[in-house]
Amino acid sequence: MSLRSPLGRVLGFGAAKEGVGHWWVLRVTAVALIPLTLWFVIALLGKPLQSYDAMRGWLGQLWVAVPVVLLIITLAIHSRLGIEEIVVDYVHGKAAKTTLLLLSTFIHVAAAVAGVFAVLTLALS
Amino acid sequence: MNQRPLSPHLGVYKFMYTMALSIMHRITGGAASVGFIVFVWWLMALASGPAAYESAMRLLSTPVAKLLLIGFTFSFVYHFCNGIRHLVWDTGRGLERAQARRSAAVVIVAALVITALVVWLGCAALGSGT
Repeated sequence: MSLRSPLGRVLGFGAAKEGVGHWWVLRVTAVALIPLTLWFVIALLGKPLQSYDAMRGWLGQLWVAVPVVLLIITLAIHSRLGIEEIVVDYVHGKAAKTTLLLLSTFIHVAAAVAGVFAVLTLALS
Repeated sequence: MNQRPLSPHLGVYKFMYTMALSIMHRITGGAASVGFIVFVWWLMALASGPAAYESAMRLLSTPVAKLLLIGFTFSFVYHFCNGIRHLVWDTGRGLERAQARRSAAVVIVAALVITALVVWLGCAALGSGT
């Protein structure tokens, strides 16, 4: 017989109602990325990519900068979750798995902040 | 804990090309993640000024970089097309064997055609403005 409370025995073992969180956010970001990436790729392909002035002028516009910021954040979340899925499925050592997941989180947060900051620099200067 | 029953692993199934599409979804997703980092690096170069942007574009114009960019493009386009296939499956549709095989063929053809189109238009966009 255990003297632990029923709550103490189940904590950490049962559904905390977060079970589908990863799965769901991956889908929400996937759906959001359909219009965002379609728009960005089609718009980008019509621009003179070698011209600094043209690209700067284009990305500096409010109506371009805002969806690009949305694109960066959504891509970072989707990519972070996707890489987690790959790491968890194929890397079995606990140390290697934790290290890779940490590294992936750091890189994704850094990339998202850098990307957003770059777009804000273009839009606000 | 070690005596728990295991579900049958991949090795017991006969290989079908739909399985190749499945693993390709992960491989292209991983490659697209690297492409995302390159995209952010490109934005940083643009925000850093004309000199940084010019050297970034020069680096992106080397043969090796061009090959990588084509790879990123294919990875992204494939992941986009097959991702829509996965989203349709999530609604419970298209899971029958014949349907899944047909949609696999559609994804492969669409990915190749759209990649070719994007690379062609991308070359034109890279050529203009110089």
